[in-house]
Amino acid sequence: MIRSSDRDIRWLPGFNWITLCFFLFLYLPLIILVIFSFNATRSATVWEGFSLQWYAKAFSNDDIQSAAKNSLIIAAVSTLFSTVFATMAAIALGRNREIKHKTAFGGLLLLPLMIPEIVTAVATLTFFTAINLSWGIGNIIIAHTVFCIPFAYLPIQARLRGLDASLETAARDLYSDRKTTLRLITLPLLAPGIFSGAMLAFIISLDDFIITMMVAEAGSTTLPIYIYGLVRTGVTPEVNAVSTVLLGISVIAVLMSQWFAKKQ
Amino acid sequence: MSDLLERLRHYIGVLPATFMIVVFMLAPLTIIFVYSFLTPGDYGGVKFEFSTEAYTQLLFQKNLFDEVEFDTSYLTIAFRSIWVATVAVLGSLALGFPAAYYIAQQPESRRNTLLLLITIPFWTNLLIRTYCWILVLRDTGLINNLLIGLGLTDEPITMLYTEGAIALGLVYTYVPFMVLPIYAALERLDKRLIEASRDLYANRWTTLRHVTLPLASPGIVAGAILVFIPALGAFIAPDLLGGGKKLMLGSLVQLQFSAARDWPFGSALTMVIMSVVLICLLLFAVNQRRNEGGFQH
Repeated sequence: MIRSSDRDIRWLPGFNWITLCFFLFLYLPLIILVIFSFNATRSATVWEGFSLQWYAKAFSNDDIQSAAKNSLIIAAVSTLFSTVFATMAAIALGRNREIKHKTAFGGLLLLPLMIPEIVTAVATLTFFTAINLSWGIGNIIIAHTVFCIPFAYLPIQARLRGLDASLETAARDLYSDRKTTLRLITLPLLAPGIFSGAMLAFIISLDDFIITMMVAEAGSTTLPIYIYGLVRTGVTPEVNAVSTVLLGISVIAVLMSQWFAKKQ
Repeated sequence: MSDLLERLRHYIGVLPATFMIVVFMLAPLTIIFVYSFLTPGDYGGVKFEFSTEAYTQLLFQKNLFDEVEFDTSYLTIAFRSIWVATVAVLGSLALGFPAAYYIAQQPESRRNTLLLLITIPFWTNLLIRTYCWILVLRDTGLINNLLIGLGLTDEPITMLYTEGAIALGLVYTYVPFMVLPIYAALERLDKRLIEASRDLYANRWTTLRHVTLPLASPGIVAGAILVFIPALGAFIAPDLLGGGKKLMLGSLVQLQFSAARDWPFGSALTMVIMSVVLICLLLFAVNQRRNEGGFQH
């Protein structure tokens, strides 16, 4: 028996159990999805043996292949643009003393995070229709780039804040010009933050459904759109298999992002 | 002139990101605002004739005899959205507060691991996370199989396609937004205040009510707002877990821009959502300011 005086003074009965339930609540549904993607039969609720057949089916499906290809192209290009723009903005706002209204700029960069996604989605659709822009997956790339900017920006900005500005001052004192200092000092030190932000932008784009659904034209199906179509028609083990792969990519990307963010 | 160019040169870095957000986010929102005062086009889109029809449509409908009468169908949807979002906030708080409280007490390395475990699901696909709950909740799903297997019930209990299922899905999606700000508030909390309270013969629960909760309240308010905003405009949870029958504001907006092809009405609905969001953000800012100016230790 633990006497109450041995416990942390902040201890409250039952809170540890609620926390356990909380984590089970977070992870059990995902674990169930993963387990049943390996089921031997079509059942998504009764376990009947291990099999990889649904993965084989999913990977040999032409529609899934082309959706995956679209998703990867869109995610790669949007990540590249949003990360470059976010890095430029973070360095300018963090290091350039001549810029006024920094809070306003910072707030503007975070705007996509504050607006419900459905609003962003219909606004973007309306805008593309109004200016008659019809670039196929180009439209999706533009929409994703905008939406990904804050996700790339935050880790980069955090990293820059933690960097000692005196290193850059030292380089400047040693007659290195602005560009050389940026290339040899600031960017290498900032690199983990940039990678961390890029990882987040990548999964945000790869996983986005609502904006893509509204903006996508016929023929530019992405994986989430394809999965949505399947889910609407019923629960199948193929959905579980594709979803598990997508889930795995996201988890790996978050862990890498975290690892970069913590790197000294 | 060259002076202006010189000054603009400093802004080159922020220019691309700012350009993208102003052109592809602020401009579209302005267009939505304008469209909400126009007339619907025949096949989607708009006709450039001024009209407040989209807004009156929210509350009034024309009946068979062309008379305008009060109509509550959209109001019902708006109230359902607010109600479901509120339940989601309360559910997240009930589950999130104890979790945040418990995590804040742990040693640092374990704290970081637990926080990482909370954020990982947030970064995975929203659609897939919601789909998981179909596997759990449907008539032949895990819970019903379990209940029937244990002999607790003969008939499956209908859980999917209810408002409860939507709220559950929203709690599942947004509970990290509740835990993280509460955790941030509790982590800063001075342990000595709790010791003082206990020294003065307050028991654990009285201390929670009179010391911890008031000090955590900025975190709770922040969490509530962060859950409420996305829950109100949610589309996936009402669509998949509500079966698209229990319409919420998010799904109603989506419908206007797709099948219903009434862009002005969709725009008006979007403006309604945006005004709620703005009010929430304003409350958030006030809450933050009060918090900064308030108790420090």
